[in-house]
Amino acid sequence: MAVDMSVTFTGRTLPNPVMTASGCAANGRELHRFFDVSHLGAFVTKTVMMDPRSGRGTPRMAETASGMLNSIGLQGPGIHAFVENDLPWLKSVGARVLVSIAGNTAGEFADVAKVLVDSDAFDCVVGVEVNISCPNVANRGLVFACDPLASGKVIALVREQLPRDVPMFAKLTPDVTDIVSIADAAVKSGATGLTMINTLLGMVIDTDRLRPHLGGITGGLSGPSIRPVAVRALWQVTAAMRDGRFQTVPLIGVGGVRTGRDALELIAAGATGIQVGTATFNDPTAPQRVLTELEALAESHGVARITELVGVAHDRMVIP
Amino acid sequence: MSAARPEGAAARPERAARPGSGVVQVSGEVIATRRVGAYHHLTIVAPGVAELARPGQFAALAVGGPTTGNLLRRSFSIHKVSPSGTYGGTLDLVIAAKGPGTEWLTALRAHDTVDVVAPLGRPFPLPTEPVATVLVGGGYGSAPLFWLADVLRERGCSVEMVLGAASEDRLFGVVEARRAADGVTVTTDDGSAGHKGWVSDVLPEVFRRTGAPVAYACGPMGMLQSVTRVAADHGAVAQVAVEESMACGVGVCMTCVMPVRDKAGVTKMVRSCVEGPVFRGDRIRWEAFHDGVCGVPEDTVGAPRVGGH
Ligand SMILES: Cc1cc2nc3c(=O)[nH]c(=O)nc-3n(C[C@H](O)[C@H](O)[C@H](O)COP(=O)(O)OP(=O)(O)OC[C@H]3O[C@@H](n4cnc5c(N)ncnc54)[C@H](O)[C@@H]3O)c2cc1C
Ligand SMILES: Cc1cc2nc3c(=O)[nH]c(=O)nc-3n(C[C@H](O)[C@H](O)[C@H](O)COP(=O)(O)O)c2cc1C
Ligand code: FES
Repeated sequence: MAVDMSVTFTGRTLPNPVMTASGCAANGRELHRFFDVSHLGAFVTKTVMMDPRSGRGTPRMAETASGMLNSIGLQGPGIHAFVENDLPWLKSVGARVLVSIAGNTAGEFADVAKVLVDSDAFDCVVGVEVNISCPNVANRGLVFACDPLASGKVIALVREQLPRDVPMFAKLTPDVTDIVSIADAAVKSGATGLTMINTLLGMVIDTDRLRPHLGGITGGLSGPSIRPVAVRALWQVTAAMRDGRFQTVPLIGVGGVRTGRDALELIAAGATGIQVGTATFNDPTAPQRVLTELEALAESHGVARITELVGVAHDRMVIP
Repeated sequence: MSAARPEGAAARPERAARPGSGVVQVSGEVIATRRVGAYHHLTIVAPGVAELARPGQFAALAVGGPTTGNLLRRSFSIHKVSPSGTYGGTLDLVIAAKGPGTEWLTALRAHDTVDVVAPLGRPFPLPTEPVATVLVGGGYGSAPLFWLADVLRERGCSVEMVLGAASEDRLFGVVEARRAADGVTVTTDDGSAGHKGWVSDVLPEVFRRTGAPVAYACGPMGMLQSVTRVAADHGAVAQVAVEESMACGVGVCMTCVMPVRDKAGVTKMVRSCVEGPVFRGDRIRWEAFHDGVCGVPEDTVGAPRVGGH
């Protein structure tokens, strides 16, 4: 029997849990050449800020063992061009869009959210992902998501701009001592869901030239090599919510998903949604393929609904 | 689905990509591989590519098989295509073994398969009039030029070729050039074949002799910059196919950018995989490139502000 793949976030039902990951799918047109992006649960756009940004110089990437390091520097057209050109196109092909936003300051996050909410194509937006894993100019460039207070402030300000029924996900970095405390702060400030994880800070040295490989020196590590970190983060936050440490909200798992089996691993740790990032560079049809494989796997586990598998590993620990 | 089967490969359709999208993704069978000097020439069955491809476009190949730890695609200029034959449409690439991905590709044997996405990027723009043209290839950069020469000559253009490399074994296609072009000049840094020196040493004479208003070039960035300069000195426009590190080849990762002026003179960091790889040489901000690193010129749209981040 076919498995019901639908998932619900704050009252919004998506036909399936699989999405692109921000910054790994551009804004849709490129991947739409390979598969119909409206078949995904949601399309997650590249993080957009208020003004156009050139991003960094090159080299912007290095391949690493089962992954890569990137230092793009949040290149983007700015929110006004985004709502003018990109969002209407996504709407025109019937995509459900999760818009990723960021700011240099907490106030900029809110300003970006306001422009989005006021835009004509806002009705195709099924949620906003707040990328707090970016540097806070007001605090010497410390990443918002490394500081519970700064995280909470951003989330609260964006929440004020969004209609109550619009799901809002805080995207967390695993580069913190205690991800549960950041998750807690984000949820208390109004996040209705959490996306985990963003890239891990890393560095590669070019051993021919004996100098840093990336123009930006350090970069974000992604790909299958970080999947165990994503599983751990989802597990810890799910366990904390189950213990009643803070209100239970749905999680979106991201980090190293390449196959349906990888997606199932994140779901079993506690994720309701799944994003496919770096694997898309290897195979442009990866998000669609992960969905097909996940459906087949869920069926082989004999469930009627994919949601039955969310966090299931927490109930199956063998304690001798 | 059996647990032993790598899912990444199992569910991938024979041929992805949507009709009318101008690109196909195919699991291609290698039918021939041969050494040519320092390079490997591969012929791959890739149905659907030949009908869409134009000279200057490239193919992005996955390396290492379905469970590989080398996730990023490798890009190669399309050397030639043929729409049909005993095996169905084929695609030819010329590959220099350099790192793990190209080592793996050059070790492929007949009947091995490789995942191909092609054709990608913008092709060389063709002149509307039957004019004289100069085609400049550095190392394996000559690979796409023979096919380009054929297309140009079909349109009544004359074709002068200049092929340069570090040494004779790194020249590609000198014999092919004699068939495809009206005149051929060869240079090597060490003098092991042709003139000793760089292509930029012989180019002024070629421009003077042919009066060509357009040059096409493919090769290392330093060479493309000098072709652009010499072309400009002779009132010609250079169309150059660039090479910047690419992670995806299809426009979704933003790793392959470089500073390029648009028609209005505004500099943006543009993706060389979708807006390139062919650019007008005089639009590229060459001064931003230094020893394998490219900066963001201050007047680029959205450039980090002075004193900013
Ligand atoms: C448009 C285009 C056309 C090209 N045509 C040819 C060709 O016809 N023949 C040929 O031999 N080579 C060509 N190259 C270069 C070729 O892509 C690289 O040599 C190759 O990707 C290196 O892979 P690797 O695993 O051996 O090296 P690694 O250094 O291990 O590669 C690691 C990563 O960096 C990227 N990378 C490294 N060097 C380059 C480079 N020079 N250009 C682009 N990406 C790079 C790879 O794609 C990969 O993602 C072309 C590059 C581009 C962008
Ligand atoms: C090239 C690249 C660009 C990225 N850009 C963004 C971005 O703009 N915003 C964001 O929230 N995450 C960004 N990410 C992080 C991914 O969305 C994802 O969280 C991370 O890569 C882990 O997933 P993966 O292993 O499936 O790639 C980027 C990742 C890569 C590789
Ligand atoms: S190589 Fe990924 S955007 Fe150009």
